[in-house]
Amino acid sequence: MRIGTLKETYTADAALFDSRTQHVWLAVGTALLLLFPFMASDYWLYLACLVSINVASATGLNILTGYTGLVSLGQAAFMGLGAYTVAILEIRVGSPFLLNLLAGGFVAMAGGLIVGIPSLRVKGLYLAIATIAASFIAHFLFANTAFTGGTAGLTLPPASLFGVVLDTSFRLYWIIVPVTLLMLLGAANLFRTRVGRAFIAIRDRDISAEVLGIALLRYKLLSFGLSSFYAGVAGGLWAYFFRVVTPESFPLSMSIFFLAAIIVGGMGSILGGILGAIFMTMVPELLKLGAGLLPGGSELTVFLSPVRTVVFGLLIIGFLVFEPHGLAEVWRRIRRFFHLWPFRN
Amino acid sequence: MDWAYLFEISLTGLASGGLYALAALAFVMVYKATRVVNIAIGEMLMVGAYLFFTFAVTFALPIWLAIPAAVLGAGLLGAVIERTMIRPLLGEPPISVFMVTVGLASVLVGLVEIIWTADQRRLPDFLPTTPVMVGDAFLAPKVFYGALIAVVLIAVVLLVFRFWRGGVALRATASDPAAAYSMGINVPRVFSLTWVASAMLAAVSGIIVGSIGGISSSMGVFGLSVLVVVIVGGLDSVLGALVGGLLIGLIEALAGTYLGGEYKLLVTFIVLVIVLMIRPYGLFGTHEIERL
Repeated sequence: MRIGTLKETYTADAALFDSRTQHVWLAVGTALLLLFPFMASDYWLYLACLVSINVASATGLNILTGYTGLVSLGQAAFMGLGAYTVAILEIRVGSPFLLNLLAGGFVAMAGGLIVGIPSLRVKGLYLAIATIAASFIAHFLFANTAFTGGTAGLTLPPASLFGVVLDTSFRLYWIIVPVTLLMLLGAANLFRTRVGRAFIAIRDRDISAEVLGIALLRYKLLSFGLSSFYAGVAGGLWAYFFRVVTPESFPLSMSIFFLAAIIVGGMGSILGGILGAIFMTMVPELLKLGAGLLPGGSELTVFLSPVRTVVFGLLIIGFLVFEPHGLAEVWRRIRRFFHLWPFRN
Repeated sequence: MDWAYLFEISLTGLASGGLYALAALAFVMVYKATRVVNIAIGEMLMVGAYLFFTFAVTFALPIWLAIPAAVLGAGLLGAVIERTMIRPLLGEPPISVFMVTVGLASVLVGLVEIIWTADQRRLPDFLPTTPVMVGDAFLAPKVFYGALIAVVLIAVVLLVFRFWRGGVALRATASDPAAAYSMGINVPRVFSLTWVASAMLAAVSGIIVGSIGGISSSMGVFGLSVLVVVIVGGLDSVLGALVGGLLIGLIEALAGTYLGGEYKLLVTFIVLVIVLMIRPYGLFGTHEIERL
């Protein structure tokens, strides 16, 4: 039980972050995020941007899978939709950067709504495999239509905002991280509203939810739409970050990566999506660093990619077997331990 | 329209559909008994093929010894998988178990790449190489004999299901595990048994598929087609696996010939979506009635 969080007004009671400790940590976190780009090397800035994009997309999938209970293996395809929209707008139309991102989000959302239509009739794992179909169809369209540049893909010029050309990780950091934070804030608030609670009710038992007056099709579609909007914006950021978009950029394994991220992090928890995406993005990099430290590193690099695949699989299995609620639960346990520390443990 | 050519293509498609049906049977068996959607079926196929490669080429065993050895090895793998990954998750939501098999697929691919490297390998030829003529149509001998083995195996499995005590126990567990338990059937052992049998069947189809097209660490893609087959047929229907296998094999062959190789997966996935829209539980799957 939490103690010492006495509230005097309803606004204070309903606030997203309601305790002093949370405010302090929030301030520390913001300060670190602000200072990070000035202290870190290019490599770490690159990683920070990549992590941030993955966090945005994983949070989108968390809305759909973690909170609404609809398993999707199409997240990468929706990111692809967003990325291609942004790329085409940037090259052909030259519209402003932030508008492109929004457009990417909305195109992906439209895609999500179409893929979501079967979700009323098709449930559970049948739905998961139907979304695999969606991602193959999307891949085919990317590779075989004229304005997507075929298998060679599209190459973007760097984005520019208020006359500043965003061509380095350092400059992109100031766009990618705030956009991600904004999306996280949106997701965290979503589940305190009528819509978000409807999602949770559908996850827990969809027939009961329908009996309670929740329009299943509308809310399931809404969930698909929101989740793909997140994916689309993340895909747009991805396109500006890597500046090359090809059909192979968004494979099925990427969708599996995001599903794994929210499982490892903790489904149905915003913090879980964040922790999972950070963890799953950093593990391969840490493996690479670890292999570099070992003696005979050059011979080991041959094994790096398969070892990464094995570790990826073992992480999924290990978390499901030993820690089904993911890193968010681990975090909660640590917090509880320090809550009354050192008086009780 | 060249009818003879169409006939030849259709025959090849049906023959490779037989292989799909065999792998799909391995999948459906596990799903029926344990309600686990095993997305790693393609990777289990691959491991079977690589075990055969090791026994036949690296250890230079004769073919008639290498095949049983590979199949037994695969069965052992199936038992280990069931014991370490599936058993602890009994009673967990289906999504969790599904994701465990996703992780398993990744582990198997990684292990194969570490042990055998990612290069493409060729399996030794053990199927007869004289061309087969059906009427005027020519059929690649490997495909024909592969399909023949698949059909015989499927028949054997169906008979075993029907008449052997273990097969009856398996069907009883599939229809109601609690009732089966109370009738004295050792349900956990049935679970193990199904995984072992499924892994063995997968290994056999892996050996056949590998001897037709060669083996590599990306062989698991075959599993995607198998997944389409079982979804189209209905996850828990043996008949669905057979019909779905032949159907998808035929469609892939026709799409590959008349539209081009890149359309193969696209067309099968479109078929999958259409079937799901009309019949959400597949062609022959049980329509589960939900109650509160």
